[in-house]
Amino acid sequence: MAVPQVAVTAEPLEIEPLIALVGATGDGAVVTFAGLVRDHNQGRRVRFLEYEAYEPLAVRALERIVDEVKARWPAARVAAHHRIGRLEIGDASIVIAAASAHRADAFAACRYTIERVKQIVPVWKREHFDGGDVWLEGATADPDDDAAREKAYRIACA
Amino acid sequence: MRVTVRLFARLRDLAGAGELIRDVPAPATAQAVWSALTAEWPALREYEKTMSVAVNAEYSRMTASVEDGDEVAFLPPVSGG
Repeated sequence: MAVPQVAVTAEPLEIEPLIALVGATGDGAVVTFAGLVRDHNQGRRVRFLEYEAYEPLAVRALERIVDEVKARWPAARVAAHHRIGRLEIGDASIVIAAASAHRADAFAACRYTIERVKQIVPVWKREHFDGGDVWLEGATADPDDDAAREKAYRIACA
Repeated sequence: MRVTVRLFARLRDLAGAGELIRDVPAPATAQAVWSALTAEWPALREYEKTMSVAVNAEYSRMTASVEDGDEVAFLPPVSGG
């Protein structure tokens, strides 16, 4: 089966198929990012994380980010898969691969993608720590928020 | 008219269900659906300023009109990645 450019899946993530998907002969750079489940957060010892998504909208939001990358960096290609379900310490919750002719665009496209994921993709994590659990809440998702988009762009190009 | 309501993460916990069927008078907006929910579960009001709304799995606004059979989702601040 063909590897999708974006996905939300309960299966363990692999970065190699994404690299193969985005890479093209003649590219000078592929940048990859894997987000891992950390064993500590805000002073708490984390036991595991539980991710949930509004799947159809999460896929659309990821597609939107891919389109934004295409508009910002026309020579770059990016792919991103997000995992849901119970994840243990060290498991990858997201993998991203970005390819381009030059490293600057590949790094920027990859960083922009993870920043935008954190802003607009409807995924939530419940942290199970020693002594309890809590839903983590980050950004109010608004894909039309230009300030958020610009902030992601600035971080990507810093 | 009848809509399907989807709630996620802590919103789901507060209401005790992730999917609900609700009857609301037509014409209705996402706000009207939300008001019906907060009448049942006042604790949801905590999210009024920070949540997002989606209609039929597309980001929308509270002022958007909803039709019979629509799926209206209320989303607390996201924490993916």
